[in-house]
Amino acid sequence: SVSSSFPFSLLSISSSDETNTIDGFEDILEERRNSSDLKYALRCYAPVLYKGVTPCKANMLKNIVLQSDQLHYVINQVSQESGEAPDIIQEEASVILEEMAHRLQISTVRFFAFALSKAFKTLFQHVCVNEEGIQRLQQAIQEHPVVLLPSHRSYMDFLLMSYILYTYDLALPVIAAGMDFMGMKFVGEMLRMSGAFFIRRSFGGDKLYWAVFSEYVKTMLRNGFAPIEFFLEGTRSRTCKSLTPKLGLLNIVIEPFFKGEVFDVNLVPVSISYERILEESLYARELLGVPKPKESTSGLLKARRILSEDYGSIHVYFGQPVSVRSLAQGKVNRSTYNLFPRHIPRKPMEETQSFVNDTAYRIVRLQEDNMVLKPWVLMASLLLQNLEGLELSVLTEQTVWLRGLALSYAAFLDWPDHAPTAKVVSSSLALHRGLACVSGGRVSLVVGEPLGPVTPEEALFNRAVSVLSCASYRNQVLHVFLRPAMLAVAMLHLSDEVYNCFSFLWDMFSNDFILCPGDIVQDFEEACYLLVKTGAVQMPQQDIVMTDIGQPTLSFFNGLLEPFLQGYQVVCRYLCEEASEGLTEKQYIPAVRSFYSVLCVFTGNLRCYEVLSSDMQKNALAALLRMDAVRKVKVADQVTLIVNKMAVNSIDDILGKNRMISHINQTQISPGLSLVAVAEDLYRDGLTPSYIR
Amino acid sequence: MGRSSVRVLAAATITMTLTSTVCFPRQEIMKWNGWGYSDSKFLFNKKGQAEFTGKRYSILGMVLPSLQDWFENTFGASVNHKSPATPALNASAVPPASLNEAFVEDLKATGIPFSHEAEDRVFRAHGHCLHEIFALREGKKFERVPDMVVWPNCHNDVVKIVELACKHNVCLIPYGGGTSVTSALECPPEETRCIVSLDTSQMNRILWIDEKNLVAHVEAGIIGQDLERLLNESGYCTGHEPDSMEFSSLGGWVATRASGMKKNVYGNIEDLVIHIKVVTPRGVIEKSCQGPRMSTGPDIHHFILGSEGTLGVVTEVTMKIRPIPEYQKYGSVVFPNFEAGVACLREVAKQRCAPASIRLMDNEQFQFGHALKPQVSSIFTNFVEGLKKFYITKFKGFDPHQLVVATLLFEGDRERVLQHEKQVYDIAATFGGLAAGEDNGQRGYILTFVIAYLRDLGMDYYVVAESFETSVPWDRVLDLCRNVKERINRECKERGVQFQPLTSCRVTQTYDAGACVYFYFAFNYRGLADPVHTYERVEHAAREEILANGGSLSHHHGVGKLRKEWMKESISSLGVGMLQSVKDYVDPDNIFGNRNLL
Repeated sequence: SVSSSFPFSLLSISSSDETNTIDGFEDILEERRNSSDLKYALRCYAPVLYKGVTPCKANMLKNIVLQSDQLHYVINQVSQESGEAPDIIQEEASVILEEMAHRLQISTVRFFAFALSKAFKTLFQHVCVNEEGIQRLQQAIQEHPVVLLPSHRSYMDFLLMSYILYTYDLALPVIAAGMDFMGMKFVGEMLRMSGAFFIRRSFGGDKLYWAVFSEYVKTMLRNGFAPIEFFLEGTRSRTCKSLTPKLGLLNIVIEPFFKGEVFDVNLVPVSISYERILEESLYARELLGVPKPKESTSGLLKARRILSEDYGSIHVYFGQPVSVRSLAQGKVNRSTYNLFPRHIPRKPMEETQSFVNDTAYRIVRLQEDNMVLKPWVLMASLLLQNLEGLELSVLTEQTVWLRGLALSYAAFLDWPDHAPTAKVVSSSLALHRGLACVSGGRVSLVVGEPLGPVTPEEALFNRAVSVLSCASYRNQVLHVFLRPAMLAVAMLHLSDEVYNCFSFLWDMFSNDFILCPGDIVQDFEEACYLLVKTGAVQMPQQDIVMTDIGQPTLSFFNGLLEPFLQGYQVVCRYLCEEASEGLTEKQYIPAVRSFYSVLCVFTGNLRCYEVLSSDMQKNALAALLRMDAVRKVKVADQVTLIVNKMAVNSIDDILGKNRMISHINQTQISPGLSLVAVAEDLYRDGLTPSYIR
Repeated sequence: MGRSSVRVLAAATITMTLTSTVCFPRQEIMKWNGWGYSDSKFLFNKKGQAEFTGKRYSILGMVLPSLQDWFENTFGASVNHKSPATPALNASAVPPASLNEAFVEDLKATGIPFSHEAEDRVFRAHGHCLHEIFALREGKKFERVPDMVVWPNCHNDVVKIVELACKHNVCLIPYGGGTSVTSALECPPEETRCIVSLDTSQMNRILWIDEKNLVAHVEAGIIGQDLERLLNESGYCTGHEPDSMEFSSLGGWVATRASGMKKNVYGNIEDLVIHIKVVTPRGVIEKSCQGPRMSTGPDIHHFILGSEGTLGVVTEVTMKIRPIPEYQKYGSVVFPNFEAGVACLREVAKQRCAPASIRLMDNEQFQFGHALKPQVSSIFTNFVEGLKKFYITKFKGFDPHQLVVATLLFEGDRERVLQHEKQVYDIAATFGGLAAGEDNGQRGYILTFVIAYLRDLGMDYYVVAESFETSVPWDRVLDLCRNVKERINRECKERGVQFQPLTSCRVTQTYDAGACVYFYFAFNYRGLADPVHTYERVEHAAREEILANGGSLSHHHGVGKLRKEWMKESISSLGVGMLQSVKDYVDPDNIFGNRNLL
């Protein structure tokens, strides 16, 4: 039967337990509200380190790195290739290290402890941390080198992490941060002194940089000087969906295990859930193509007005430490590292690469599983399926229904105990009053009113901002429903061969969602299991049949994925109908945006605003590239997209059965008028930063 | 100090030149269910203090006051909780001999002595693996033991026995000193033919000594200490001193690729042999001359060295001898930690100035060695010891729970030894090493010889112990040691061992490109249903960890049946195929059917 074959793997550790409550959380702000922040910042801080090592001064650490065999090898190599003297290269390495290295100072940490206490108390109602996770972490830090892998939704994340570890008297992590912070002169240095080290965003071919960087990280890890912290997702997720993990740093921290330099490495997934994200509307604008403000100190100061708002609570869940040794058991043969000197950098073997990739996905899924969901994310999911708004009573009723569904799918839901549902709904609406409002008993999304007269494209843009902001909450619950939802879509629209359709969607969406490579069968089984469990489908023999009571569940799921299906379809449409020869990769995103805007302006009946999001556009393109429907060709510095229209068309067909968007092309647009040209005109004015105050 | 006695084993000999009796009862002077001589053993006396009985070793009669504390604290054991061994062999536990009558008839005609007494057969049914000794002590029923034992007296006797074995399809298992720790002497349970243990102990003569070429021609059954003693009488030595040399035989060394403590001066067995004579089912293999090196295709000696009794019986060996060194001196160096010690040994190897022996004991072994210090008689010695300790731990700031000690043995003419000694101590000083005296060095080497006796003591009190070894490139020594220890600790925990195990290692040999590392591993097994099984699973995991960390399957113990499963991984399946094809050619009917190695 399906249920018995459903693999309760690593992933089910945290979330399969349906009694997963949030009882074990402790609000660390509570004590801050009752005792002196200054005392707290100045208290004795003496964390236990790995196997009792003595902490290493930043300068000593640099020396170890600069004198390492690993680095010397690369310095000589670079020197031979470039003809420069090794001393000069060594000097370069030293400069790189200087630019990169952290300079953790307890006084700075204390300053942050004080300042953040003040800020957090103003911004948040609670900062809740699971105590058990802290205890596990404390144990792990003493036994093995630890890598902290938090989810990344906000700039706040790493300050928050260090703040929590300081609070619990745990060793402060060193944190890999993007170089962009360095632009914020003073703040950059402050962050450096609180444990951040800075890496350039791209250094693809720079051997020396890579060598300094990886040796720096490995030295800290091997010696257990401090836990290492970085964001697997590479950057803040602007959509609140988890991002496809980046493997570079993970490779670096895992390699010392394969080479036998450490007995084990513990990976600790950390899920940071914000009830309201500080960057909420900023993200939506960014996704719509308004460039993100450059990190600058003055920008940060302007952000002070943020301080006057209520951002609800934060939940930080420290997951079960994952032993790399246990994960690698039977998957990677470490003795293959025996025949090559360990200090010579080498591309990881295929076996290793796929292990690291797999591990990264698993960790991100653990992050997802331990995200604490608020009632609002359920409400946002419902609102987005009813853009015209819906009765408050209906919303309340459906939220209750959805809560039941989410709980039976083991969602980690923070639903207030003993509070009447109406109260829960209304207080959620109150907290998110910038996104939704109630008027005349109807709940609908709030659309920002721009100054002055509104052009159609301005209206569209405003609408899109509010939809994307709202979507960032819906996205938080997607991981709970994703697999059954894909099955539901496969059943409702593409029902010829359910498994084939499921696997088509699985493949298509594997950039948008965290779908572990190779887990397709497992995911299908999980989807079946969950739908059967809630009675939405039955599985007599080999068939999957919808039950009578399954209708609402399946149609909710269908609605949940609708924006993605539509979005991808718009992209396909654009590529088939409008894309000119020689379309470059750079032009692609604005072009799709324009195409869609024009469609909207001309037809007025489109509602998949999410396709305006650069995130979705990129993911759709990545999917098409993966499916060989589009190829990239490099022509003189420019990357051009070659579209296989037949292939794109057929993907569009599969996606588009029964979908209203398929009627669009019947809308007549006057021939000879280049849609893109029109759109560009419209769009240029509409979406410049100056438009947004 | 001159050449006195670490030769702990001064007065001992087990060579018995018996002429008329049919039976050659080694078991009369040796334990049937433990290590070494029957009259030598550790015990806790009525005061609870440890002593070592018998007159054979230099620590005889001495009281070891700290051993009990160390033992109880290290293992959580207690001298009040005894797990005594079955006192005598229960003959009914031994399966009856299934004899090949025709073979026995023909053998009688040759006049070669043989026996099928239960004691003789059981004695040759095992080596000294933990599971083998544990089973003997428990008085377990034996699954399969040799059906008879033969005692050839010379090469020609062996030729006759092998011919008869081929004629009557009898399985032969050569038996030398019986010190195997690889299950190599275990009879394959599935063997249905009559199994004959071929005991080489009567082939124990030095046939000639050639002083011009400095070689000696020796029968392969000779035991290590006898060989050295006899050669010493003529002013020579081989210098080959494996830790088992009190009991192991020359033929056994050849068959397992043995390594001696002083290999830095004299070489390992493969460097020492000039000529080997082997009787196989196909006939006798030997070379036609004694040239010191040959380019005549792959060296056939290397098919024999390490063949573990699967191809035939080594009967005679010509090996290098050296004049007895004029002067011998022990020494020791204390390092602040294991890392510093390993770095020093690496440097010594790099400068190729290793003394005859240089070994680095980790902190656990250092403390163990300390526990074996005999009672100090005078207050003055006590005071001096106290001062030394103060100097090292307080003045030099060494952490007593981190510091390690290297033991050294120098050999040669006096002047050069002293020069050499200075060179080594100077190198040690650059790694923070402090010279710690001759006594500490000497005690380290005594530990080597008495450790196996100590295992028997442990087994009397619910503690099982074993050792295993590997060889590993220099840059991986530290990582391998740390990871293997950690793996053992972890596996013990996971497998329900209730007490913290003792894991300890030492670097025992240095080479240009790497080192030999030796592990001791012991734990208190109270509360475990099947301690031997638990032990074996942990050792298995430890071996996997060794291989994953770049260590070899074995440096000198061999493969036997214990480590067969990793042979393919170690030498590739093609390599195994090459060895198999040699076996198939030399012994097509698997007369030498101990099933070791392949």
